[in-house]
Amino acid sequence: MLKQTEGSRAVAEAVALCRPEVICAYPISPQTHIVEALGEMVKDGSLAPCEFINVESEFAAMSVAIGASAAGARSYTATASQGLLYMAEAVYNASGLGLPIVMTVANRSIGAPINIWNDHSDALSQRDSGWLQLFAETNQEALDLHIQAFRLAEELSLPVMVCMDGFILTHAYERVDMPTQAQVDAYLPTYEPRQVLDPADPVSIGAMVGPEAFMEVRYLAHAKQLQALERIPAFAAEFRQIFGRDSGGLTHTYRTEDAETIIVAMGSVLGTIKDVVDEMREEGHRIGVLGITLFRPFPIARVREGLQGAKRVVVLEKSMAIGLGGILSTNVRMALSGLHMHGYTVIAGLGGRAITKKSLHGLFREAGQDALESVTFLDLDWNMVNKQLEREKAHRRSGPVAENLLRDVGVVAARNY
Amino acid sequence: MSFQPVKFYQTGTFTVGNRLLPPEERSVQASAKRYNSINSGHRACQGCGEALGARYAIDAAMEAADGQIIAANATGCLEVFSTPYPETSWQIPWIHSLFGNTAAVATGVAAALKVKRQKGQGGDVRVVAQGGDGGTTDIGFGCLSGMFERNDDVLYICYDNGGYMNTGVQRSSATPPAARTATTMAVGPEPGNVFGQGKFVPAIAMAHDIPYVATATVADLRDLEAKVRRAMEIRGARYIHILVPCPLGWGTASHDTIRMARLAKETGIFPVFEAEHGEIKSVLTIRRPLPVEEYLRPQKRYAHLFGKNPAVETIAHIQALADRNIRKYRLEARQGSH
Repeated sequence: MLKQTEGSRAVAEAVALCRPEVICAYPISPQTHIVEALGEMVKDGSLAPCEFINVESEFAAMSVAIGASAAGARSYTATASQGLLYMAEAVYNASGLGLPIVMTVANRSIGAPINIWNDHSDALSQRDSGWLQLFAETNQEALDLHIQAFRLAEELSLPVMVCMDGFILTHAYERVDMPTQAQVDAYLPTYEPRQVLDPADPVSIGAMVGPEAFMEVRYLAHAKQLQALERIPAFAAEFRQIFGRDSGGLTHTYRTEDAETIIVAMGSVLGTIKDVVDEMREEGHRIGVLGITLFRPFPIARVREGLQGAKRVVVLEKSMAIGLGGILSTNVRMALSGLHMHGYTVIAGLGGRAITKKSLHGLFREAGQDALESVTFLDLDWNMVNKQLEREKAHRRSGPVAENLLRDVGVVAARNY
Repeated sequence: MSFQPVKFYQTGTFTVGNRLLPPEERSVQASAKRYNSINSGHRACQGCGEALGARYAIDAAMEAADGQIIAANATGCLEVFSTPYPETSWQIPWIHSLFGNTAAVATGVAAALKVKRQKGQGGDVRVVAQGGDGGTTDIGFGCLSGMFERNDDVLYICYDNGGYMNTGVQRSSATPPAARTATTMAVGPEPGNVFGQGKFVPAIAMAHDIPYVATATVADLRDLEAKVRRAMEIRGARYIHILVPCPLGWGTASHDTIRMARLAKETGIFPVFEAEHGEIKSVLTIRRPLPVEEYLRPQKRYAHLFGKNPAVETIAHIQALADRNIRKYRLEARQGSH
């Protein structure tokens, strides 16, 4: 059914259609609307039987999900930013135990300085946690990916993180096609756990493993993710059969057939990039896009296949490996090993900095002339940066960086030195 | 031929031989049909109070729940000595997740079981969470308090041996004053753990107004069993805090574990009581309170108090704390009390 709704509401309704049995909620912007909507459905009885638990922290949220999942319940939670970091120990534990929890991450930056706006630092900080990570481009895809996520998680007995851009998607009202309960039931079978806490057949879950088997356990986690790479296209194909649309999969290409320049990105910014590519195509630029839907496991072969005909690859990412450059671009480079082409990393949109078509036009034109630095910070205000560097050179007690910069741009009324 | 039950006898100061009791009051351990929830062959030290406490507590819970128990376990001695790869001592469904999240994991298990019951899948399965004092009073305290205030249907058992024994005897917030640990060294002007710090979590549990809070020691095992049985009759958040001497961390002889637990109770160092909805309902009284010195002297963690120049002021300070417990919890036996 077509409806005009908020991204968070759409995701909540999709999650409810998946018949979750235990939902744990702890508020953190910008995911809060999702669990609020689910809580309402549980309280008014439209989502039943289901336990909605208001926990005292994100660490508890993931821990409650671990216990519920181990006892055989389909378990869900949502978080963002600091919340994801606060639960990090339990995030690793959930995947280590092989528990098929589904979690939405409404992508938001990580402080300090505290900032509630969108980038991908939170989810990418957990890239090696053993969770599958899917990135939604639109609200429709976010909704669809959640349905696929439960299927994936339970078939593989691995947890899945569905990442959607905070505010840009979570708070945007858009038209979505909401599936019927019958469609979701046809796609998502009842959860049959591989391991379950059951007095009739007692097992010990989470026993200590020493050097004699630890490497094998870790390798199996890797092997299972590689299996996921093979299974995900099949799940997406089945999804298309039942729901009548393409969603999910590994990567999506756009106008890459004869492209000399290919832009790689994840999430909602792909829409802006495609608009710019359309306009540049009209001007005769041979430029295309490769959107990455599945970040973990990383679809190395598919990315290589999608990029190998290009002369240059520009990875535009809302994340940063401080002291190195990009995170996504480092992963893309793994896929391009041995290929001779120009590779550029563009860090953009951190902490909600708008990524405008105007800036992208300039950026892609520079890239087309191979005039980009290998690592570029899109729309960085060099005056602000240099002023602070000068200040630090001049004064030992130069003060808090964030406050200095805010004073420089005139956001806060503050003392003048 | 009729079945002849094998009987195990437990006797000692203030205890009664099982054969003198009617069958329903006998220890769960007095029957060959005991559950052995934590089976023999685990790697606990000789004289481990925690292993003893866990055996009695979990088997009593199993009996009360007719074998329908799922346990969540914090990281710590109990977890490590019971599940060395590739073995497990647990004959019950058991999960270990992390050090600090056991109460929350148990909440999740209980929530799943509730939904399953609503769906008509599975019977009345009960949830027990367990951890040491570090996993309970320190790193797991947030999750514990959350589980309490939501009144989740979990029995949480803390085995308190007064420190992080698994990592090599470091201080926790349950380490008593003056005790030597690897991080409260017996050096300097105030050797051992400082006075005026630490917390008594049973009192904090009571402040949550949860339906049931009790303390116990491994010296009064039938009292411990009775408290577990009582806790299992109640729904909602329940907490039992068991004092379990640790020969390694306390520097006591393996054969003195029960004696040390009894002395902790008989000196007033460790008050043994039960409370419902924040109100104390009963205490194990002390007939003749013993001086704390009798409890302290056998323990090497207090050896610095008893050198050539005994630390009389420090000992007096500990005595004052024990006396305060006796007053506060009304532990001294008087006519008309038990």
